[in-house]
Formats: sequence, structure tokens, C-alpha cells
Amino acid sequence: MSVSLSKLEKRTAFTLVLPAVLLVFAIVLFPIFANVWISFKDIELKDIRIPEPRAKKIVKSIPENQSELKIIYKLRNSSLIQEIRNVQFQDKLPTNVSPINLDPRCNFQSKKIVCNFGNWQAKYRENFEIIIQSNNGEIIDKKIIKSQKPILSGKADNPLLTTNFTLENFKKVFYENNFVELLLTTFYFTFFGTVGAIIFGILAAQLVNQNIQGRTYMRGILLFPYVGPVVALAYTWTLLLDPNSGTLNALLVNFNIIEQPINLLGQKYITMSILGFEFKLRLALTTVIFFEIWRYFPLAFLFILARLQAIPQSLYEAAEVDGASPIQKFIHITLPQITAIISILFMIRFIWNFNKFEDIFLLTGGASGTRTLPINVYQQGFAVSDIGMGSAVSIVIVMLLLSFMIIYFRLIGKRANEI
Amino acid sequence: MRFKSLAIFLIISSFFLTCILSIWKIMATLQGLSFTNLNVTPIFLIGILLSLAFVLIGNKINHLIKIFSLSFISSILYFYLNEASPLWYILGVFLITLFFTNKLKKYSIQSLKEDFISEKIIFDFITLFGIVFFAFVILFPFYIMLVTSFKTQIALLVNPLDFSLDFTKSLTELFKSYFVIFETYNFGRYILISSVVSIGTVIVTLLFAIPAAYAVARLNFFGKNFLSTSILIIYMFPAIVLVIPLYTVFSQLGLRNSIFGLLIVYTATTLPVAIYMLQGYFKSIPKEIEDAGIMDGQNWFGIILKIIIPLSLPAIASVALYVFMIAWNEFLFSLMFLDSPKSFTLSRAIQYLSGDAETPRQYLMAGSVIVTLPVLFIFIYFEKYLVSGLTAGSVKE
Repeated sequence: MSVSLSKLEKRTAFTLVLPAVLLVFAIVLFPIFANVWISFKDIELKDIRIPEPRAKKIVKSIPENQSELKIIYKLRNSSLIQEIRNVQFQDKLPTNVSPINLDPRCNFQSKKIVCNFGNWQAKYRENFEIIIQSNNGEIIDKKIIKSQKPILSGKADNPLLTTNFTLENFKKVFYENNFVELLLTTFYFTFFGTVGAIIFGILAAQLVNQNIQGRTYMRGILLFPYVGPVVALAYTWTLLLDPNSGTLNALLVNFNIIEQPINLLGQKYITMSILGFEFKLRLALTTVIFFEIWRYFPLAFLFILARLQAIPQSLYEAAEVDGASPIQKFIHITLPQITAIISILFMIRFIWNFNKFEDIFLLTGGASGTRTLPINVYQQGFAVSDIGMGSAVSIVIVMLLLSFMIIYFRLIGKRANEI
Repeated sequence: MRFKSLAIFLIISSFFLTCILSIWKIMATLQGLSFTNLNVTPIFLIGILLSLAFVLIGNKINHLIKIFSLSFISSILYFYLNEASPLWYILGVFLITLFFTNKLKKYSIQSLKEDFISEKIIFDFITLFGIVFFAFVILFPFYIMLVTSFKTQIALLVNPLDFSLDFTKSLTELFKSYFVIFETYNFGRYILISSVVSIGTVIVTLLFAIPAAYAVARLNFFGKNFLSTSILIIYMFPAIVLVIPLYTVFSQLGLRNSIFGLLIVYTATTLPVAIYMLQGYFKSIPKEIEDAGIMDGQNWFGIILKIIIPLSLPAIASVALYVFMIAWNEFLFSLMFLDSPKSFTLSRAIQYLSGDAETPRQYLMAGSVIVTLPVLFIFIYFEKYLVSGLTAGSVKE
């Protein structure tokens, strides 16, 4: 009895889980593996369609003979790199109409012209002509002939499934396009974005945790940037920071804080001098990082607040009795209680910032020194149309991510269960 | 000791007053007032005088009379020290000083003698300052988004600081950008597509996630632990690495530019987090209730439908809202998969609009307001559910 019950349980479990697992496998896991395949191929955006034979039909009348018509089929192979094998062609003619001097590759039977064109090389083109004639000498209606579309078929390899591989993509990833700078930009963005978001998160949580009026409203407002659609927020910021008529620059110039408008999103470097030391700041990158902090500190805030509210009040009361100052209370009571959540947040946000695409894409498009790895995937794959290259960059991202995750589970994974 | 804490109190409190008054001034500048100087020093001095007067008077007169008269005097002082300004602006200054003096309530000459009073003062005012600062920094872009949608490109190019709304204009004139984006740019269609995709994603995700989450929470099967760990790992994997393979496969299958294709992708990407959130809740339902159901001869389908779902409606609601927001806000896949305006979602449509440098910015912002409002409304209305969803959805096993 119990054996059959546990069998039944297993079977039910599989039926319940399987649909979800299959879907996630097809859409999430399969592409990750497919990336490996594509990254070793020399393939461009225009090659991804399976090659197909195409024909454009043109019907011309013959002035000397009203009962005849000339049909020209502009035949071509849609692919520029692959051949199509065994191309079959078929077109229908109306009753009482038949072709004359038909091409030897074709047959005419039961109102159909059937041709066997054999193999078409890549880029193959041909103007294939047929002259048709009315059997009873009447004028053939051009429209009827034109409205009938020819049917073509042929066998072609899927360009994604061929087995010619190359290492070229990875060579290009590492040796061209300034890979080191790309990596550094990505790490600056990720690291400072994460640390900034957490610092602001702690500050905000500390504030809202005080006994202030309207604290629930404040919590709601603080989450606005996180729940708002990225498109709307990024364009609002672009408008706000625009050097020509953006509000921020206009305000700063108006109050004589700066003399000239600063192109915060379009300028790669700005020279700053502090205490006589001059240094160059990555301006556009810094602005993008600030946007990132603005958008994601609410998440850190939410978690830290939840943790703060769980700290027993008696700890603070005891400290009060011992005569601890507010700073001492923060350092000796609050901080130790939130380090665990902060380390988890750091890792999660680090991984997510590392993958961030939309924010940078919408703000700068990856220009002015804000090109990170995810932006590079898009640029290689879709702007340069080199799919293989884009996949190779994706593989680099996945590899780096996997190593972060291993570090995460080694260092913090065990502690995560304690909270 | 008392002198030092008094000095700190005066400086910190006036610093705070200067900050809020400066923000007020900036907001007033954006209403078309032509201030060209922040005038920080006089405001700071007023602040010091005000705070000093406040603690010196102490309890000698009624608190209400005290704050009203003090605020009134400082507003008058402010009026004379500042550039010409209309009455409503000074009224704002009065209200701000009123708020400020009311915040000073707990300080008196006596309280300045307490232990750690300087630190407490600093903490108090940093809290106040922080709240004003955060509220301003967060709300300001939303404010700009909203008011820009009511202005015109030309007016903003002439004076980028004038966001004042002219209410003498007719409503159709004021909401012109909204009419234009609906009539010329077809936003009604995009709203429909976005809603269909988002609601569809919620429904399909729940259909797949509830049974799976139940199995993970309750049943024993081979590979269960592996499955629950991989849920978290998959959730961490970025959309950007999925894009190229999905793009190529979808192109070959003809799923690009189709709402169905988008729906599949959204469902698959939100499923892990949905399963994760739901199974956590299912585990908290007492097992005895289900055992009773099994006694009654229910099969697993019946148990899920008749016991689990009714008991976990709040959790299902929060998952649904969370998934809806993800799908509604999603941009990357809609950018990659949709290139025919016939199948654009709202986000993609706005991005498409911005691609044309000729598009006036008020249309862009009107579109942004339209895409933002539903999420903000849902968020404000269901905040409690969503916050628990966000917290559960974003962290750890």
C-alpha cells in the first residue's frame, strides 16, 4: 500500500512540476547552452533565416499576339551563403491555357507547370521565362494569371545547425574592442552601483525606522523608483540632465553654481581638482551609476528596514540604561544585526547590476565610456549584426557570473539560512 | 558644555532650515519666479536668530502663540532680505518656518544640558533633513515627468525653468499631448497590447506555478532539492544572455513580432520567482488540513483547487501583482522581439518615439506618464501585498 502511494506521489509530483520545468528549460536554460554553440560559429544577423527559394512573378503581354502572354519568374536563393538543394517549382494555369516551348526542366500536366530546378548555389539568380498560349485563341486575362502565386520548395541546411566552427569570435572578444576597458567599466559600474545603493538603503531604512509621522507613506514613496517602468524613468532623467534645456543644468546655471551647462550623459571625462590635485572623473559613467543607485537603493532599503524592525527594542533600552550614545547604539547594536542581510544584498545586487542592460542602454546607449559587457552583447549582436560575436560575449558574462555564484555560495550561502 | 551644545543646536537647526527653504526656492523658480541667487547666508542667519529666540523664550509664553509669532517675524525678515517675490511664495516660507519651529518644540535651555545632547541634535536634524532630501530626490523626476507632459517643446526651450501650468487654457489645450499620442501615435493600441501581455503573463504564470510550487512544497520526488536550488540560480541569470539564441530561434519559428512569443518569454522568466514565492507560502499551510482533504477522497488536483488556493489567496495576489509589474515594465525582450509598430508594447513604443529626434519631449513624457501611472496606482493601492512579495521574491532560499 505505502509503496504504491509513494509511487503515486512521485508520478503526481512529476505531472505537476513538468510543465513549468519544460517551459523554463526551453526559454531560459536552452538559450544559455545554445550560446555556447553559436559563439563558435561565424554567423551574422542576416544569415539566421533558413535559406528559401523565392520567385517574383511578372506577366507581360506580347503586342503581336494577343492570345499569348509571357511570364517571367525572377528566381533567387534568399541566402547569400548557403545552397538550396532539390528546388521544386509549381504554378497553376487556368483552363484552356498551356505553355509553349517549355523549358526541359519542367513538365506540364493537368493545368500545372511543375519544374525541378535542382540545386541552387548561394546568391543564385535566374530570370525564368515561360510563354503561354490560349488554346481557343481568346485573350488571356492578365489579372488571373498574376493572382496565381507559384509554390517553391527546397531543402537547405539550417545555418545554425551546420557543423563548421571557429575560434575567431573569442579571439575578437579578447583582443579587439578594448576588452580590458570593457571589463573595468563593467566592474566600476557594478561595484559602485551596488555599494551606493546599499549605503543609501541603510540611510533610508535608518530614517524610516525612527518614529516619524507618515512613515508608511514614506516607505511607499521611497519604493517609487524601483517599481516605475525603466523606460519612463530613464527618459525623464535624460530630459532632466540634458545640457541644452535640461532642468538641472538650467537651475545650476541660473543660481550661478556652474558657468557652462555640463553634458552629464554625453561627456566621457571631466577634470576635477580637489586640494590642488587634478584628476579625471568618468562623468557619463558616474551619472549612470547615480541613476542606478537612485533606482535600486529602494530594494536595499526595503530589506534593511525589514531587518531593523525585527531587532528587539529591549536591546536599545538596555543600551540606553548603560548610557550609550546614538552613534554607539548604531555601531554596536544595529550594524551587527544587519551585516548578514547586507552581505546577501551585496551579492544579489552585484550580480544584477553586472547584468544590467536597459538602464545604460536607455540613458547613453553605451556611448561616452559607459559600454559594459551586456551593452556589448547588444552592440555586437544587433548593431554590428555579428551574432556569433554577441554570443561569445554572452558566454564571457555567464562564465564570470558562475564564478560570482560559486563565491557567493561558498562565502554566504551557509549564512543565508540563518536569517 | 552647555554653550557647545547650544552652538551645535543653532548651527544644525539653521542648516536644516536653509536646506528646506532652498528647496522651496528651487520649486518656486520652476514656477517661473526669476530668482537668480539662493541667498544662503541671510537665511542661515535668520535660522540662527529664530532658534536662539526659540530656546531663550522657552516656556514663558504659549507654544502656539510662540511659533506663530516667531514664524511671522522671520517671514517678514525673509521678505526684506530676499529678491522681490509674490505673496504665495512668502506664505510658503511662513508655513515652512512654522513647521520648523514646531519641530524645535522639544528643545529648551534645560534640555541642552542632557547627556549626548549634541549627538541627539545631530541625529534628529539629520533624520528630518534625510526625509526631506529623499522625498525630494525621489519625487522630483516624477514631478518633472508630469509637468513636462503639460508644457510645449517651444515654451521649454525658451525658458527651461518655467513649469508653471496655465490653467486659463481649456482642458483640451492642457491635455493636448495626451490627445496627440492617442490619436497620432496610436497609444490606445499599445496600452491594449501591454495589458493583454501583462495580464496573460500573470494568468499563464499562475497556471504553471501553482501546481509546481505545490509539488515542491509538499511532495517527495527525485531531484526535488536540485530543483529548488536551480530555481534560485535561474532567477539570477540575466535576460541579456538569453537574447541572442531566443532571437535566432524566434526568427526561424516566426515568433518575433508576436504577442504570443512575448508571452512565452515573460512567463518563463517570471516562473522561477513565482514558484519560489508560492512554495514558501504553501509550506506554511498546516498539513493537517490537507490530510482531512485526502480522507474525504480528494485527489491532488482537488486538494490544490479546493484547499490550497482558497487558503493562499493573499500570497497568490502578491505573486500576481509582482508578475504583472515585471511584465508591464519589461523592456529588453520587447526591444529585441518587436520591430513592427503593430505589435509594440507601451515601453517599446515610447523607446521608438524617442528614436526620432523630432518627437517633441512633451509627447515622450505624456507616454511615460501613461506607462507609469498604472504601476504606481497598483503599487500604492496594494502596497502591503507587494512589499511582502518584493521581499520574498528577491532573496535567498
